[in-house]
Amino acid sequence: MPLLEIDDLSVSFDTPDGTVSAVRGVSMALEAGKTLAIVGESGSGKSQTAFAALGLLAKNGRATGSVRFEGEEILNAPLKALNKIRAEKIAMVFQDPMTSLNPYMRVSDQMSEVLMHHKGMGKKEAVAEAVRMLDAVHIPSARERIRLYPHEFSGGMRQRVMIAMALLCRPRLLIADEPTTALDVTVQAQIMSLFSELQSEFGMALLLITHDLGVVAGSCEDVVVMYGGRIMEKAPVDPLFADPVHPYTLGLLRAIPRVDKGSEELLTIPGAPPNMTNPPPGCPFRPRCAWGGDDCDAVVPPLDSVGPNRSRACIRPVETIREGIPADYEEALP
Amino acid sequence: MSELLRVEDLRVTFDIPRRGALPFAEPLHLRAVGGVDFTLNAGETLGIVGESGCGKSTLARALIRMVPGEGRVVWMGGDDLLAVSRRKMLSYRSEIQMIFQDPLAALNPRMTVGQIIAEPLRTHRPDLSSTEVKTRVKEMMDRVSLLPNQINRYPHEFSGGQCQRIGIARALIVEPKLIICDEPVSALDVSIQAQVINLLMRLQKELGLALIFIAHDLSVVRHISDRVMVLYLGRIMEIAEKHDLYANARHPYTQALMSAVPVPDPDIERTKDVIVLSGELPSPLDPPSGCVFRTRCPRAQALCAERDPVLEEKPSGRPGQRIACHFADET
Repeated sequence: MPLLEIDDLSVSFDTPDGTVSAVRGVSMALEAGKTLAIVGESGSGKSQTAFAALGLLAKNGRATGSVRFEGEEILNAPLKALNKIRAEKIAMVFQDPMTSLNPYMRVSDQMSEVLMHHKGMGKKEAVAEAVRMLDAVHIPSARERIRLYPHEFSGGMRQRVMIAMALLCRPRLLIADEPTTALDVTVQAQIMSLFSELQSEFGMALLLITHDLGVVAGSCEDVVVMYGGRIMEKAPVDPLFADPVHPYTLGLLRAIPRVDKGSEELLTIPGAPPNMTNPPPGCPFRPRCAWGGDDCDAVVPPLDSVGPNRSRACIRPVETIREGIPADYEEALP
Repeated sequence: MSELLRVEDLRVTFDIPRRGALPFAEPLHLRAVGGVDFTLNAGETLGIVGESGCGKSTLARALIRMVPGEGRVVWMGGDDLLAVSRRKMLSYRSEIQMIFQDPLAALNPRMTVGQIIAEPLRTHRPDLSSTEVKTRVKEMMDRVSLLPNQINRYPHEFSGGQCQRIGIARALIVEPKLIICDEPVSALDVSIQAQVINLLMRLQKELGLALIFIAHDLSVVRHISDRVMVLYLGRIMEIAEKHDLYANARHPYTQALMSAVPVPDPDIERTKDVIVLSGELPSPLDPPSGCVFRTRCPRAQALCAERDPVLEEKPSGRPGQRIACHFADET
């Protein structure tokens, strides 16, 4: 049984401009101890998928479908049940550590609060445990620095505090939403190696939400690529990078410059992501796709299996995609 | 190639009032940029990389006196931009334009796209008639792939990538020789980022522009630059031709930075050695003695604390590659 199983999850928001369908029928599973990445651009629905699973949607949001954690349904579960699971079984780390820590509280108070509430520890015991956890995330002189306020830490250190706080109750699953996006590359490398160290130490699963394919390549076993609220491609990390079989994945990989080799010209994906109040009727990537045709608007492409643990949502044959992007790509678009 | 810009010993210092001190007490001096030398040729792209707080934006802003700097910034072998009068400086501002990181924040929300792009023309070329201004604005919109019927729209109606195109059009309308791009693509999504990079490179070729391209993303800088400068705590650690720097980085900081950049290839990512730098950027209010990088440097020795290394060519480097490290020739 997978640790986390998301099945046909949809998320929509009621706004003055109409209903925004942020996530549309997404399914994925994560085994205990493994790492799964959700990759996508802004507005692809990657964060809302995780927020919905944890019951963290904004007030105007609605989620349908099913999210099971350890076999138990948690989507739209009552707050009391959710609060038991959150922090104790599933913890989350956010992109901006400054806005997720309370600026008025010392780190010691914020961290011990978690343990006192969930584990019924006394204050002294809780602070001692918090210091141990700050040591585990390599914050130097943790015993003294736990007395500080969040603004007295640097960005990288603050993210470490967030991670330590998320790990306090030894969760089975850690969800990290763009954990290194606000950080410099050298600090990003520190944090990513910290994640893999902590994973082997505590045996937790990691759901990594990111837009950075480089980060994915270095740290994950499986990848889900999202676009326009739908899954485009699902694959283990090696075949995804070596042999992408969805036009969007292929385009993304060709659009990023690489530090290890020079490139003449970057392939661009023309156009812009869809407006989710009025998404395209069929495949959301169709208006920007090199292989798009009228038949792509007629049906929503199903997520078909194309190999072991691999699937993709595209109606064109795999061989056609493997031949590469047509030379007259940009001119051929509508 | 003709020299466009020669920067000699550029320094930028901010005075920070001491906490709780009396108003006339001597303030603290924060050296954001400390003695930077480089040249830029016409039509060339110089990439500036470094972590946040290394002074890359301050350096660029000091060149056009958006922040006060000391030293010399010689424009086309003539005037020193830091010494000319304010009035004269205004005329140079049409030769050097700037593009900013947050494309929406850099545009006035109450002006239409047409007005935004025309504004520099109205300032620098008051002699042009309004029909002439309009023609030029339309030409420029076409150049950056904006549609002519969008001229009366407001910035909020555009996506991030389109706003950046508006920013580029506004910079180009006065036919500058140099554009300073301060993190122009870091706020954009990957697929849009490639569009803007390709546009900048195409326009550069067509118009013979020089670019100073500031970014924290070493992959983007590698793609767009001819030469690259690596900054740390306001000092140049290394500066070289792109190919020399990426193939033969000599400074330990450059090496660490490059190894930390994730590569979208699982095989490489699993096998590569990341040089993990311990600790964090020291406070610029209290920089380390000698080499500013020594507190995090894996190769630091006693000499590094005593003597500030000179930025110079080294036997292990390539011609034109300048490195500020006592031990650049080792390993």
